[in-house]
Amino acid sequence: MTQTAAASALYDIPGPRTRKRHFVYGIVSTAVIIALVGWIIYLLVETEQFTSAKWTPFEYKGIQELLLRGLGNTLKAFAYAAVLSLALGAVLAVGRLSEHRAVRWLATLVVEFFRAMPVLVMIFFIFVALKVQPLPALVAGLTLYNGSVLAEVFRTGINSVDRGQREAAYALGMRKTQVMTFVLAPQAVRAMLPTIISQLVVALKDTSLGYLITYEEFLHAGKLIASNLDYDLPFIPVVMVISPIYIGMCMLLSWFATWVAKRERRSPKTEAVEVAPAEPGTLLPGVK
Amino acid sequence: MRTRRLLAACAGLLLAVLAAGCGKEGSPPVKGPKPGQLPVYKVDTAFRLPESKTWTKAKKRGYLRVGAKEDQPYLGEKDPATGIYSGFDIEIARMMSASLGFDPKTIHFKTIASANRETALQNGQIDYYVGTYTINDMRKKLVGFAGPYFMAGQSLLVRTDEHDINGPQDLAGRTVCSAAGSTPYQRIAADYPKAILVAYDTYSICVDNLLTYQVDAVTTDDAILLGFAAKAPKELKVVGKPFSEEPYGIGVQRSDNALRFALNDALEANEKNGNWKKAFEATLGLSGVPAPTPPPIDRYPAT
Amino acid sequence: MDVLTENFSLYGKGFLGTLELTVYASILALVLGLVMASFRVAPVGSLRVFGTVWVMVLRNTPLTLLFFAVLLGLPRFGLVLPFKVFAILALGCYTSAFICEVLRSGINTVPQGQGEAARSLGMTFGQTLGNVVLPQAFRSVIPPVGSTLIALAKNSAIAGAFSVTELLGTYKTLNELGYSIIWTFVWIAVGYLIITLSISALFNVLEKRYGVAR
Repeated sequence: MTQTAAASALYDIPGPRTRKRHFVYGIVSTAVIIALVGWIIYLLVETEQFTSAKWTPFEYKGIQELLLRGLGNTLKAFAYAAVLSLALGAVLAVGRLSEHRAVRWLATLVVEFFRAMPVLVMIFFIFVALKVQPLPALVAGLTLYNGSVLAEVFRTGINSVDRGQREAAYALGMRKTQVMTFVLAPQAVRAMLPTIISQLVVALKDTSLGYLITYEEFLHAGKLIASNLDYDLPFIPVVMVISPIYIGMCMLLSWFATWVAKRERRSPKTEAVEVAPAEPGTLLPGVK
Repeated sequence: MRTRRLLAACAGLLLAVLAAGCGKEGSPPVKGPKPGQLPVYKVDTAFRLPESKTWTKAKKRGYLRVGAKEDQPYLGEKDPATGIYSGFDIEIARMMSASLGFDPKTIHFKTIASANRETALQNGQIDYYVGTYTINDMRKKLVGFAGPYFMAGQSLLVRTDEHDINGPQDLAGRTVCSAAGSTPYQRIAADYPKAILVAYDTYSICVDNLLTYQVDAVTTDDAILLGFAAKAPKELKVVGKPFSEEPYGIGVQRSDNALRFALNDALEANEKNGNWKKAFEATLGLSGVPAPTPPPIDRYPAT
Repeated sequence: MDVLTENFSLYGKGFLGTLELTVYASILALVLGLVMASFRVAPVGSLRVFGTVWVMVLRNTPLTLLFFAVLLGLPRFGLVLPFKVFAILALGCYTSAFICEVLRSGINTVPQGQGEAARSLGMTFGQTLGNVVLPQAFRSVIPPVGSTLIALAKNSAIAGAFSVTELLGTYKTLNELGYSIIWTFVWIAVGYLIITLSISALFNVLEKRYGVAR
């Protein structure tokens, strides 16, 4: 994470004059950044974003409960989507690794289709065309998309386990299922854990799409407060309240992923797996 | 490490928000006139409707489940703090409940978005729906409609100091705000191409832009506009004759004709005994508009 | 099938809207991403902090929240622009964080020895950057930049739900007109596939021509 400039190919180790010059640059750029922040704060005050009319609603218990209920609904959708996408991902990965050509083809088709489709189009399709309730529609959409992405993650994970492991297992007389469950999967999952968690961050972020299909999640609660004429349309205050919570939750999960990655890199149990880079290699991947 | 410090800051903020969890009771101050004396509806405890599946189920349950809108002042609005619904549509739902033999206090309201009104009725998630639901032939294929209980029509909301806009023909060169993609928006775009259209996600933003002189008019069904005008009767007014007809009905399950006919009877009775007028005056009437004559009820036969 | 032929102009408008959003937001994302990447590898501490915070915050912000803040929040801030410009801003800024990370890791894949060798030949900083480091970094970032831009094209759907003229948004109008909803969505899906597959094809060509032989 803390990649300093010194470690890249761009610069030499700076000498005394360069260091002095950099110091001046530093002061100038800091001043510019502070000026920028100051200007934004000035604008906020100027457009009366800190007036009591816009902030008093947050003092009331009813409003706080509304927000907390929304947050709870967000986490509920996330929990369902996470568990189901992991399950779907596992099923699809097994399908793609199957020895039967038909199964392999079908799984590949499903995975490629859902990865190429915008999640929101899926969610709207399920919600509008199939007339499903908001929560199941959201969860189904997220599951199909993230499950497909996770299937690819699992597949590359399994494939990256050292070939000798599989051969050794077969040589011991283990059967296909045994090789998979006792030898390949445990090692692959350990190595892929950081990538899996990063994908779950995507799922957590995407629960906010529920807002667009009137699922009563966190952002929806915010909107209900923000678009109320009585409270002077406190859009900016609402954003100021809910975005730190959203960003904080996602950062916590991202940070957990990096922590796991660091730990795994040191662990001898994952030696047989070449840890795949977090960067997607294919051209239709699931960066979001 | 920088990451960790930032994280700590975020966690701190989260805690601060949670710590504020011991907030004030009640709800934040509300603008506009206080809702007038709402009529009290007499519960018809002797009412029986065994032919209606919806009614029988509700009787067993002990209360009605009603779908409504949550973002239209004085029409169907949910107080964010208390979760209580209020407005003209809500009053209609309450008087229907009383006539069907259920205490209006026991109604469970549920916000249903326009896109899934039909589904909610079809799969029995709600017993009936009252929320700016325009009756048309396409929808009649999917759900049943009692009523109409109100004849709305597309109209214009302007500031009280505006004297040049009296109808859609005066909109040339003026900015008009409406909800993006909605029928009123499309009608203006097609019939009055000289008007400059602005679209927002929500009508409340349009109305705010009107109050701050960023747009000259807001257009949609007059019932919705009257609700906003009632929020600020000194600053806003609804002008001109409605230039479309949107009969609002009560949505019920299509197969449940018994319930539909019972609701029609209940509407007629409440229009006769003055409850309808009282309900209007206590809600949309706060905009300064006198209660209109309710439209004739369309008792189309069961198919 | 009728849905497409009878509403071809509507679909066309939506398709062009998505295309426009994608192209402009991509340009913004690439420029901003490059700026932020150069900040992140700069020898000046405050710029590095700025770049890092930019990336960390935007990468962990749900795009819907960003759209909410930009499309509905900024106008309350006294900034009134067409919805489309707001949507491009939101999409571009969001994607710039991902582009920045891709570019930065691209620069970091260039071995340190390359820079040292260039400098020992007496090349200036500009020459080192322009002739040695960037050409090598460029090759390795083609595929990930392509996939990031595909993600951008897919994310533009969110703008449609916020009532910007866009492919997904056409469903609302068609739904009110009473067309078969399933077919409406099939054609919307085809539209997105055309865009994402074109980007994918474009980057395949780029990769073949300039990419590293692996």
